[in-house]
Amino acid sequence: MNAGILEKLTVLAESAKYDVSCASSGITRKRHSGSVGSASGWGICHSFTEDGRCVSLLKIMLTNYCIYDCAYCINRRSNDIRRTAFTVDELVELTMEFYKRNYIEGLFLSSGVIKNPDYTMERMVRVVKNLRVIHRYNGYIHMKSIPGASRELVNEAGLYADRLSVNIEIPKEHNLKMLAPEKSYEAIYRPMSYIQQGVLASADERKRFRHAPRFAPAGQSTQMIIGATDESDKEILQLSAALYRRSSMKRVYYSGFVPVNAYDKRLPALKQVPLVRENRLYQADWLLRFYGFLADEIVDDNRPNLDLDIDPKLAWALRHPEQFPVNINRADYALILRVPGIGVKSARLIVSARKHRNLTSYDLKKIGVVMKKAQYFITCNELPFITVNELRPEYLRKILSGKKTNGKAENPAQLTLPFSD
Amino acid sequence: MIVFSYDKSFEGLLSVVFDAYNRKIFPDKLLGEGDPQPLFTESHFQVITSSEKSERVWAGLQKKLPRKICDMLICLWLSEEKGSDELLFRYIRKVFDSPERIFTDFADDDMLQVKKIAEKVAKERLYLIQFIRFQKTSDDTYVAFVSPKYNALPLTLGYLTDRFGGQKWLVYDLRRKYGYYYDLEKVIEITLTKDDDLSDGRLNKEMMAEDEQLFQELWKNYFKALTIKERLNPRLHTRNMPRRFWKYMTEKQ
Repeated sequence: MNAGILEKLTVLAESAKYDVSCASSGITRKRHSGSVGSASGWGICHSFTEDGRCVSLLKIMLTNYCIYDCAYCINRRSNDIRRTAFTVDELVELTMEFYKRNYIEGLFLSSGVIKNPDYTMERMVRVVKNLRVIHRYNGYIHMKSIPGASRELVNEAGLYADRLSVNIEIPKEHNLKMLAPEKSYEAIYRPMSYIQQGVLASADERKRFRHAPRFAPAGQSTQMIIGATDESDKEILQLSAALYRRSSMKRVYYSGFVPVNAYDKRLPALKQVPLVRENRLYQADWLLRFYGFLADEIVDDNRPNLDLDIDPKLAWALRHPEQFPVNINRADYALILRVPGIGVKSARLIVSARKHRNLTSYDLKKIGVVMKKAQYFITCNELPFITVNELRPEYLRKILSGKKTNGKAENPAQLTLPFSD
Repeated sequence: MIVFSYDKSFEGLLSVVFDAYNRKIFPDKLLGEGDPQPLFTESHFQVITSSEKSERVWAGLQKKLPRKICDMLICLWLSEEKGSDELLFRYIRKVFDSPERIFTDFADDDMLQVKKIAEKVAKERLYLIQFIRFQKTSDDTYVAFVSPKYNALPLTLGYLTDRFGGQKWLVYDLRRKYGYYYDLEKVIEITLTKDDDLSDGRLNKEMMAEDEQLFQELWKNYFKALTIKERLNPRLHTRNMPRRFWKYMTEKQ
């Protein structure tokens, strides 16, 4: 290791940081003797940057040279930035040494495209193979699959990596074509389905032979950039829901657009990164994955975008006052889960605690329910609360979004919610 | 008031439970040895810790409770919170006296309290696993210093021996003045005799391995480079990574 490595590391980390995915979850694996490391199912964040994002993996690029010219990317070929590349040995040593000091949970390897997708992919596979085979590295590996890579290379990568990912980046193809003319949906979806097929084939194989090799056991993920193009939240969430229908798709990440190439006139001039919208999309994503919501319930043609002032679950509840109040001591788990202010954890506690006795609002508060929201949507075996039905959703919305009710609405469009009552 | 005193160990507390059921007298207050007795003590009983008693009680608990809940009780004990021994005693009594699976009755104060405190300790264990930073010494031992709020270090050993089983390591709790050393085969509990100069948690240069400084530098630089300036969010940063851990973290030096 020489001194030049310090600069390489800085340059290539700067180039990799806009990829938001950093999870090390999805696979539990014990260390076996002679090997280095393990993997823990929920993933572990080892540090947090000052923007509050988790640092779980050594998120790094093999190189930031790139032949593509994607408008949203810091590494586009027309940008005048420092270019450099790691050798396989350098990157392998960095990973091993960081790992042994408990800095990281594993490696997240990405790369700019050099020459062609397969040439790039082949070099990346060499890194992960070296780690696994020569260094007997047993920790987590997340590897980017380059759009347009061949089936053989994706299959080889799947043998060594725990998670593979191909980024969609732009949720509609014509917008992708506009911003990244060298990319196409076909080149993105093809490796995605190679991964899906690999995962299914391996699962099938392992049913018959217990020691058959595993293929990307932590599945795949993808990322969409939010706010660089004109897609509505409805289009984004419907695409996510469709992606989650593939069994191997574990996570869709949403990355608020950071204007790294402000000079490009195809991009919108944003004053700020759309952090609130990004947050609302993640909340909606959670509703899809853990709360049994359908994309159509969260956004539809009447409201193609998420409400930025209140969270999507509360927004749904206000649109459906007829579903409430929910009786905490009787309702099904699925219904309790739909109450704003009650999360998965509280819902489970409620369902197991109510076997012993009737729960009161005081008990709910102790358990950890956010009563500020939940009180308008539940009944316990007590005197009735004032619920959403008595208060009217429009009024409740004002109370809960923290907006003053002095009649001066900041956004007149928000007053005309078409409730049919 | 009925008062029991015992040696303030976990086995001791289990022996208290045994003696209480044996004599059918249940204490209102638990004291350590030598603690002054409250004014209105009507009877006082000294519990003698024995592994025979404590093992029987523990076996009884394991029969009545799933493993996860037994682990929770150990977490509660390690919290070292004031009054946690009396809470644990009440909890165990309720478990033994109830014919039902009472541990899911979260509307009961004791059941909920035990769960809450145990969760805090489990969270502290996770913090340790996340934020322990090893420094490599010249004799190839990886050393980390911590000073957790709760005594959660023993809970991390399973994880550490699995993940770092291929290297010698030492984790040391500077607040409680003990630690664990792993010599590639087994974990030994140790106490360092001169730990005064370690209070800042940094090894001095002579003790470090040759390339240790370089990797610390690399990690610090990497950490800095990864921040997206447009998204700075100091509140989220400290919420995810509480300040009390920064002292021993390489990237925060």
